[in-house]
Amino acid sequence: MGVPSILENRQQSIVFKGRKKQEIRCETDSEAGCVSQRACVYCGARVVLNPVADALHLVHGPIGCASYTWDIRGSLNSGADLYRNSFSTDLKEQDIIFGGEKKLTAALDELIPQFQPPLVFVYSTCVVGVIGDDLDAVCKAASLRYGIPVKPVQSSGFIGSKSAGYRAACDVLFQLIEPPQPVEKDTKRFRLNYLGDFNLAGEAWIIRSYLERIGVTVNVVFTGDSRYEQIRGAANADLNIIQCAGSMHYLAGKLQEAYGIPCLSVSFLGLDDTAETLRAIARHFNDPSIIEQAEALIAEESARVMPTILKYKARLQGKKAAVYVGGGFKAISLIKQFREIGMEVVMIGTQTGRKEEYEKMDSLVNEGAVILDDANPAELERFMLEQGADLLVGGVKERPLAYKLGVAFVDHNHDRKHPLSGYAGAVNFAAEVYSTLGSPVWQAVQGGVRHGQV
Amino acid sequence: MGKYNRDLSQNPCHMCMPMGGILALKGIEGAMPLLHGSQGCSTYMRRHIAEHFNEPVDVASSALNEKGTVYGGKTNLKKAMDNVRRVYQPKLIGILTTCLAETIGEDIRQISSEYQAETECECRIVTAATPGYGGTHTEGYWLTLRELLAQLTAPVSKHERINIIVPAALSPADLREIKQCLERFGAEYTLLPDISETMDRPYEDCYGKMAGGGTPLDEIAQMAGSFATLELGGPVDAKLSPGQLLQDSYGVPLYKLPIPIGLANSDQFIEALSAVLNKPVPAAIRRERGLLMDAMIDAHKHSFQVRPVLFGDPELVFALAGFCAENGMFPGVVATGGGSAGWRKAVVELLTDSMNPLDVIEETDMSIVRTRSEVNQVNLAVGPSVGRYLEEQADIPLVRIGFPIQDRLGAQRILSVGYQGTALLLDKMVNCLLERKHKTYRSDLFQAYYQEREVARHELSAS
Repeated sequence: MGVPSILENRQQSIVFKGRKKQEIRCETDSEAGCVSQRACVYCGARVVLNPVADALHLVHGPIGCASYTWDIRGSLNSGADLYRNSFSTDLKEQDIIFGGEKKLTAALDELIPQFQPPLVFVYSTCVVGVIGDDLDAVCKAASLRYGIPVKPVQSSGFIGSKSAGYRAACDVLFQLIEPPQPVEKDTKRFRLNYLGDFNLAGEAWIIRSYLERIGVTVNVVFTGDSRYEQIRGAANADLNIIQCAGSMHYLAGKLQEAYGIPCLSVSFLGLDDTAETLRAIARHFNDPSIIEQAEALIAEESARVMPTILKYKARLQGKKAAVYVGGGFKAISLIKQFREIGMEVVMIGTQTGRKEEYEKMDSLVNEGAVILDDANPAELERFMLEQGADLLVGGVKERPLAYKLGVAFVDHNHDRKHPLSGYAGAVNFAAEVYSTLGSPVWQAVQGGVRHGQV
Repeated sequence: MGKYNRDLSQNPCHMCMPMGGILALKGIEGAMPLLHGSQGCSTYMRRHIAEHFNEPVDVASSALNEKGTVYGGKTNLKKAMDNVRRVYQPKLIGILTTCLAETIGEDIRQISSEYQAETECECRIVTAATPGYGGTHTEGYWLTLRELLAQLTAPVSKHERINIIVPAALSPADLREIKQCLERFGAEYTLLPDISETMDRPYEDCYGKMAGGGTPLDEIAQMAGSFATLELGGPVDAKLSPGQLLQDSYGVPLYKLPIPIGLANSDQFIEALSAVLNKPVPAAIRRERGLLMDAMIDAHKHSFQVRPVLFGDPELVFALAGFCAENGMFPGVVATGGGSAGWRKAVVELLTDSMNPLDVIEETDMSIVRTRSEVNQVNLAVGPSVGRYLEEQADIPLVRIGFPIQDRLGAQRILSVGYQGTALLLDKMVNCLLERKHKTYRSDLFQAYYQEREVARHELSAS
């Protein structure tokens, strides 16, 4: 199209496997005007905390921040559903001039008696960070008045990236956790916290059922379908397993430091990762019955899904995938999961990946694959075409671009309606990949952008 | 009918100002919106818009961080303009402020003129102050259009093109219908803004980062010389009205009309066109009018059973209220997240014939809309996708119209304006009720009467 390729300031954030050794630049601010796909601190905090189902989530700020995040995640719940409401103090011009503290107090005074939540989160937004409302004081006063925790979340949009929002959320969660109950000696407990699953399409339920089958109890999930009572008791677990590491490794670190709870990084995306995770948990508890039951579960579930996976693999073999997702854990898992269905990842990028995660990606992809941090539509377009990707994995914003380029697409975003975790999820994943790559629509509309040409 | 407003919002019925600014700019030829603020605003809005239109939606951000917030965002904003020009080569950059930029007092007009002087850039720059706390998305939309006109027009000689200014709630299909209508009249026109091509793009063999279409910049510059402006915004506040600016600054006569949804509202549009163009109504349009009347008669007994809740943008809801009233579909609730006391009064006047309980509520949220809908026993919801919660939680079926529609495909193809669009909307609403009726009437009647008879027999044998 005659449009210049990559902006100079972006070049360090793009590396090719096997070419000149260059460290990828990541975990930095987005470049102005680059049309980053990233969101803000508030977004990071909101997505982590919102699945706490019985909490009242109040956004202290103008209406937009609450509008764009109302029930945005497809986090499912059992029973409590207060979290599916988006409350806002709806700040207006006058409040910006005179301060929003009164309005916040009034909102809390109206909402807490009406909904009687066990817990309230109050999210700070950009303006609140600037006009200097004393969120801590207002929340503390309300907390004393009603005898429930009213927790300020320091999530002003501009104070960092989405990752800063994850940390703000983890800080608040950590404050809610109480010291562990004393445990009787000789009691064998195999109880873990599952960090970084937001119960999208019931995924946390699937994983919990696996763990129960092998004799392990889930103490609390952070934060999919969780309740305040469960979060309070998080220190009573013997192990933390972290799936979405980007959002939760900080909390796991704090729990290890404060209560000595060890942690394992895990992934339930794909057959190999799921099996390896179950084994690692079993090894950790080092109990023969758990080890045996884990092997039995892996054998049984694999046998059940393998024929279907192989059926798809035969059709998908040799296709090329591009991946652009939020965090590093998902990206790494997807490289492996694509291999299970015969596909190679030729482009991989994330919004908020960490250095060590990018190193891991580099070690997993084939020579020539491109690795991107904080990419933008122009780069996604260029590298999908240049690398000859047949398919893109991404979120809502990326989907129309892929389709316009004639590239198949898999949704791996927050509001999907089907699980992609565990054995059930592996089948769904393969089926979704085939539904988009194998669709006869692409034949019917031939004449679009030809792959491999820029 | 009264106020149920609280000093907070539970489940918003509207969005914030910069959202409207983006929607307006997306209908301008070669325009690239640039939000001056933190990165999240543009990303959230892009996501919302992309899901509605199923089109790529690129919006730049100056990505203000802590440093920019403390020391001013001038450097960020200038760098953003550099980068946007390099990658997108836009004809126009529309700078919209956000809460953050306004609160820290950024002077975007000053920065943009500095930038233009420094770079001698060929690209036009328009600025609009659209803080999120300053108003609703519809207000941001009108204000951005007004700024476009204020900054891109100057006195020009008179010409034969009519100005048509349209609201945010219309779909690409609606705009195509309006254009077809103007073409049938043989009118030359400037449609502001025009998302009919920019936000509904065909699958082509080559993808361009900037969508084709949109209101041409040179036509915008000529809008000051038009002989009339038709503004389809219903009761838009004069100080936000772009047409008002053309009238006040250049003497272009302004005709403020409701969105042409409904027989009477469409009549007003067609009659205004016929009058200002001094041309008779084309036969094809007259025939469509007749077809709509036929459809209204076919539907009338069913439509009389419809008791809707109307919610969404104030201009859209106002037009829908008129359309519903003329069909006997007297609403139980008419609500908007924005609006004003003037808006409420105008809506109430349309519905004086109703025998049903009615709430007309401005500046409201979806939790109040739901409560009042249940109290007033509405049986159909009409509005954008935020109404899916009425469907899910209050079992009120939703006919989707307006922006955004995120949980169904084809928002860009929903046609509701003009005689033809009105007939389609009427069918959709009535059919939604008929579908329910056919699904349940057998069991409803069985429940109501059969068991009653059983009971009666038992009583007989007992006595």
